[in-house]
Amino acid sequence: MPRAQASGTGSVVPLSSTTTQRASRWPLSPAVLTTALAMLSVLAIVLFMTLDLKGNIGYILPRRAVKVGAMVLAAVAVGVSTLLFQTVTNNKILTPSIMGFDALYGLLQTSLVFTLGGSAWVAAPEAFKFVIELGLMIVFASVLYRWLFTGGNKSLHLTLLIGIVFGTFFRGISALLQRLMDPSEYIILQDLFFASFNQVDPTVLGIATLIVGIACFFAWRMRSTLDVMALGRDVSINLGVAHKSVVSRVLILCTALVATSTALVGPVTFFGLLVVSIGYLICRSYQHAWLLPIVCLLGVISLVAGQLILENVFGFASALSLVIEFVGGILFIVLLLKGSLK
Amino acid sequence: MASPAVASARGLTTTRTRPVASKTASGDTRTRLAVLWGTVGVLVLGAASMFIGVTDVSLPALLRGDTAAWEIFWVSRLPRTVAVVLAGMAVAVAGLIMQLMARNKFVEPSVVGTVESATMGILVATVAFPAASLFAKMGIASVFALLGTWLFLTVINRLPTRNTLLVPLVGIMLGGVIASVTTFFAYQFDLLQTLNTWMIGDFSGVIRGRYELLWIVAIMTAIGYFAADRFTVAGMGADFTTNLGLNYKSIMRVGMIIVALISAIVVTTVGALPFLGLVVPNLVSLFFGDNLRRAVPLTAIFGAGIVLICDILSRTIRFPYEVPVGMIMSVVGAILFLLLLLRTQRKEASRPRA
Repeated sequence: MPRAQASGTGSVVPLSSTTTQRASRWPLSPAVLTTALAMLSVLAIVLFMTLDLKGNIGYILPRRAVKVGAMVLAAVAVGVSTLLFQTVTNNKILTPSIMGFDALYGLLQTSLVFTLGGSAWVAAPEAFKFVIELGLMIVFASVLYRWLFTGGNKSLHLTLLIGIVFGTFFRGISALLQRLMDPSEYIILQDLFFASFNQVDPTVLGIATLIVGIACFFAWRMRSTLDVMALGRDVSINLGVAHKSVVSRVLILCTALVATSTALVGPVTFFGLLVVSIGYLICRSYQHAWLLPIVCLLGVISLVAGQLILENVFGFASALSLVIEFVGGILFIVLLLKGSLK
Repeated sequence: MASPAVASARGLTTTRTRPVASKTASGDTRTRLAVLWGTVGVLVLGAASMFIGVTDVSLPALLRGDTAAWEIFWVSRLPRTVAVVLAGMAVAVAGLIMQLMARNKFVEPSVVGTVESATMGILVATVAFPAASLFAKMGIASVFALLGTWLFLTVINRLPTRNTLLVPLVGIMLGGVIASVTTFFAYQFDLLQTLNTWMIGDFSGVIRGRYELLWIVAIMTAIGYFAADRFTVAGMGADFTTNLGLNYKSIMRVGMIIVALISAIVVTTVGALPFLGLVVPNLVSLFFGDNLRRAVPLTAIFGAGIVLICDILSRTIRFPYEVPVGMIMSVVGAILFLLLLLRTQRKEASRPRA
C-alpha cells in the first residue's frame, strides 16, 4: 500500500520550483553527496580511533570504539528523530528536544528514582529499566504531544511556546525532586543522567544499538509515506494517508530515539535542528530515501569530527554540546528571523 | 494625555466616555480594596516569614527582650524578609515595564536574555577582576544586562511578522545562546557551580550587610511607577511617541536602564527569579484591567506576595533544610504561564475570524 502511494506522488514531490533552483546551486546529486558524506564520516571515525594512539593499544582501542559507537548512535537517533518530527509537524524548526522531549525523559528518570528509591532502581537489570522507562515515556509523550499536534487550530508559535514551557516545567520539577532527594540517591541519578560520551556502559550501548536499529528500520520503511506527509496535513489526507495514525507512529519512533540518545549522551537541544537544516540545504532532493541517510551521516561527521577537532586542536575535553548549543541557537534565531516558521 | 493612549494600546475602546468613566470609578474602589488587602497580606506573610527558621525566634522571646533572639532577628530574619519583598516587587515591575516597551505580554527580563546577560557580566567580572567589589561587579553585570536588552529589542524590531508568540520565542532562544556562551566559559574556568547559584534564586545567604543594594531596586521601581505610561506610549513606536511630543529614544533608554539595573542587582544579590515578571503583570491585567496607575502598585504588591509565599514554602517543604526559592518559582511560574498560554489559545479559537 505505501508503495502505491509513493509511485502516485513521485511527481508531486519535486513540484516546488525551489527544487530545481536549488539543483543548480548544489550540483552534487544525492547519490554522490551521500557517498562523499559516507567517506568523510568513515575518515572521521578512523582518525578518531587512530590519532595519537600510544600506550596500551589493547586498552585504549576498545574504549575509543565504545565512545565512537555512542556518538554514532546518538547522531543517528537525534538526526532521524528530528527529521521525522519536522516532517509530521510540517515545519523546519521544531525538534523533539526543543519541544521538551528529553526534559520529559529526565523527569521520568528522576521520578522513578525518587519514588522507587535509587538503590533498588539501579540494582534492576539495564534492559528491564530501559524498557520500563521507554514504555512510560511513550505513554506520556503520546498523550501530551498528540494533544499538541493533532489538537486542531493551535498556531505553530503557540505549540512551540507551550512545548518550550513544558520543557522548562519538566526541568523545574526534576530539579526540585533532585533537591528533595537523599544525596546518595542523587549521585546515582546523576550517573544515569549525565552519561557523556566518555562513560558509556557497553551493555547500554548494545540495547541502544538494538532500539536505534529497529526504529531506523521502521523509519526507512515509512520513507515514501513520509514524503507525502511532508506536503502537509490536508494534501496528505487527500492523497490517502492516514494522517493521524502516521503522526502517532512517528511520535512513538521519536520517543524511542530521543530516550535512547538522552540515555546515551544526555540532552542536546539544537543538535538535531542543526543537522537537519544543513541536510535540507545541501540535499537537492526532498525524498526521505535520501534525506534520512544524509542527515545521519551529517550527524556522525559533526559529532565525531567536532569532538576530534575540539580535543586535538583546541584542547577542550567535552564541551562539544555547548558549541553545538551556541551555533544551533544562532541558527534557530536566524530561521525565526527569516520567517521559516509561518 | 497618556490615558487614552494607554487604553488604545491595549485594544480597549476609548470612545464610550460615560460608561468607561463609571466603570473606572468602580474599578478604582476595587483597586483600592485590592491594594489595601494586598498590602495587609504582604505584611502578614512578611511577619510570618520572620518567625520561620531553624533557630527559634518567637514573639514572646522578642517581647521578653531576649538579646539572642533580637540579634538573629536584626541580622538574619528582617534582612531576609525585606530582601524578599524588595526583589519580588522589583522583578515583577521590571517585567511589566519590559512588556510595555516590547508591546508584548509574554516577555520579561528572564525570558528575553536580560538575566542571562547579567549572569554573563558577573562571570566576566569574576574572571577578569576577581578582586573587584560587589558594587563594581554589579556595575559590569548591569552593562551586560543593558546590552542584552538592547540586542533583544533590536532583534524583535527586525522580525518579519510581529507575531505575539514569536517575540518571546526569539527572546528565549537569544537567552539560550547567551547562556550557552556563559556556560562554556564557566566550564573552562571551573565556575559552573558558582554560576548555578546566580542562575537559581536563593535567599538563604541574605543577612544584614548583604542585601542593602536591593534598596536601589526599590528606587528603580518607584521611577518605573512614575514613568509607566510613557513606556506604553513608547511601545506604540517612535513616530507615535514623537507625535505626542515625547522623546522616544530617551524613554526607551530610561526603560532599558531600569530593567537592566533591576535584573543585574537582583541576580547578583539573590539570583534569578524565573517567570515572576511574566506571570504577575499578566494576572494583574487579567483581574484588574490595564490602567497603569493601578497596575504598577498592584504588580509590586502581588510580586512581593508571591515571592514571600514561595520563600516560606522553600523553607518549610523540607524543614530544616532549604530548597532554593528559584526552583519553587520555576515550577509554580511555569504552571501559571502554561495556563496563561492555553487561555490565550481558547480566546483566539473563540474569536470570529477576521
